Amino acid sequence: MGVGIEVTNLNAWYGSNHTLQDINLNIPANHATALIGPSGCGKSTFVRCLNRMHETNPIARVTGSVRMGDIDIYEDVKPVEIRRRVGMVFQRPNPFPTMSIYDNVAAGLKLNGYTNHKSLDEIVEKSLKNSALWEEVKDDLKKKSGASLSGGQQQRLCIARALAVDPEVLLMDEPASALDPVSTSKIEDLIFQLKSQYTIVIVTHNMQQAARVAEKTGFFLNGRMVEFDSTHKIFTNPSDKRTEDYITGRFG
Amino acid sequence: MTRIRFQQSLEDLKENLLVMAGLAEQAIQRAIEAYRVRDLSICDLVSRSELAINRMERDIDQAALDLLAMEQPMAVDLRFILSVIKINADLERVGDAAKNISERVRHMENMGAVDLPVDIPRMASLAEDMVRKSLQAFIEADAEMARTVLTMDEAVDQMNRTAYKSLTKVMEEQGHLAPQALNALMICRALERVGDHATNIAEDVIFWVQGDDVRHPKAVAKLQAAAEKAAAPAPAQK
Repeated sequence: MGVGIEVTNLNAWYGSNHTLQDINLNIPANHATALIGPSGCGKSTFVRCLNRMHETNPIARVTGSVRMGDIDIYEDVKPVEIRRRVGMVFQRPNPFPTMSIYDNVAAGLKLNGYTNHKSLDEIVEKSLKNSALWEEVKDDLKKKSGASLSGGQQQRLCIARALAVDPEVLLMDEPASALDPVSTSKIEDLIFQLKSQYTIVIVTHNMQQAARVAEKTGFFLNGRMVEFDSTHKIFTNPSDKRTEDYITGRFG
Repeated sequence: MTRIRFQQSLEDLKENLLVMAGLAEQAIQRAIEAYRVRDLSICDLVSRSELAINRMERDIDQAALDLLAMEQPMAVDLRFILSVIKINADLERVGDAAKNISERVRHMENMGAVDLPVDIPRMASLAEDMVRKSLQAFIEADAEMARTVLTMDEAVDQMNRTAYKSLTKVMEEQGHLAPQALNALMICRALERVGDHATNIAEDVIFWVQGDDVRHPKAVAKLQAAAEKAAAPAPAQK
């Protein structure tokens, strides 16, 4: 099951560039939360702070607190453990090109020392079913490589790979921006199904997509969270003029 | 990304709706003038206006539909387009009301002029005032002005109720005047509907400008009271 995420006074820097400033918000468990905002506003940096990927850059720095359920991810656990609990899907599907479909899904588990083949088979099947890819690949699991799939299938393969380690949170950074409308629709349906089991945070430039998939939406601008509210409120009657200007295209 | 073409399309939509509003206002004024002076040539003008209003209703709906489909508007723009669609329908019905009044005037053509206990021009003036004010609120995006329109509707409703009582009394007591009284009653009813359409327009302006749904306040209050009553803890049993 997903866990709620409580972000308090989060600040992030790249060198001297203060990219996130005093972010405070509560992301509800087992819901989809969308983050919108213009390029460079800090929304991708924000999600990278939710799985401690931001600090992998040597000039990056983070202060503040991010609580997932009962733990503070910056105090109580190691980054490796966090990345097991928090799956991430990126803009461009990035399957391991030389690995089979099966090995792509099992990669995270094997990396964690998982060797029970019978249950590995079950987890791979379950993950591919949860990512709505099973029916399309079940006959070629070990025959075809991840790279042989279409772009939309590759993205669902990456989702299956993220789900295989049984995370509590799924971060998606523009997961459908490189996909055609049919594949996009499949990813959105998937988000709808997965949010009953996981807490989903999705960064998107597609505001209609945010409106379709998320119950909560946050608007970022210049490294700050300008407004965080129900998606309905944000897209029909936002409280902040800057949010309204952005979503109606009057910005800039 | 300022979406210049989209903003221009919204301006065009507003302008076209205001042209239609002008026609609807004029149609009501003419219908009442036709009643006052019993001039059938004015009734013909009202009929022609109604055709033009109907044509504009279709054009405005189509333009609004195109914008919804092509531009996927959000927030204030979405509310604006939804309001335009609804105001469009209300203005078309104001045109219908004008036509109904002019048809009553045609019916009354060969009836002698009688003094009925109803002040139709005064009622019309109040209903027209509501339409004018609601449209002014639309032009100026002024929700407060729109709220004042909501308070005017009761006066028109009251005039209609009074007219109903006095005109049915005429029908009962002076049977030979029943046709004139019936026509006058139908004109009052049409004017009361014009007041209702002006109220709807004002409510749509408030929704567009402030995002507040102020329709059916009595029904909403009743539902809220019922919900609160249901949610209240049951009194402890002794």
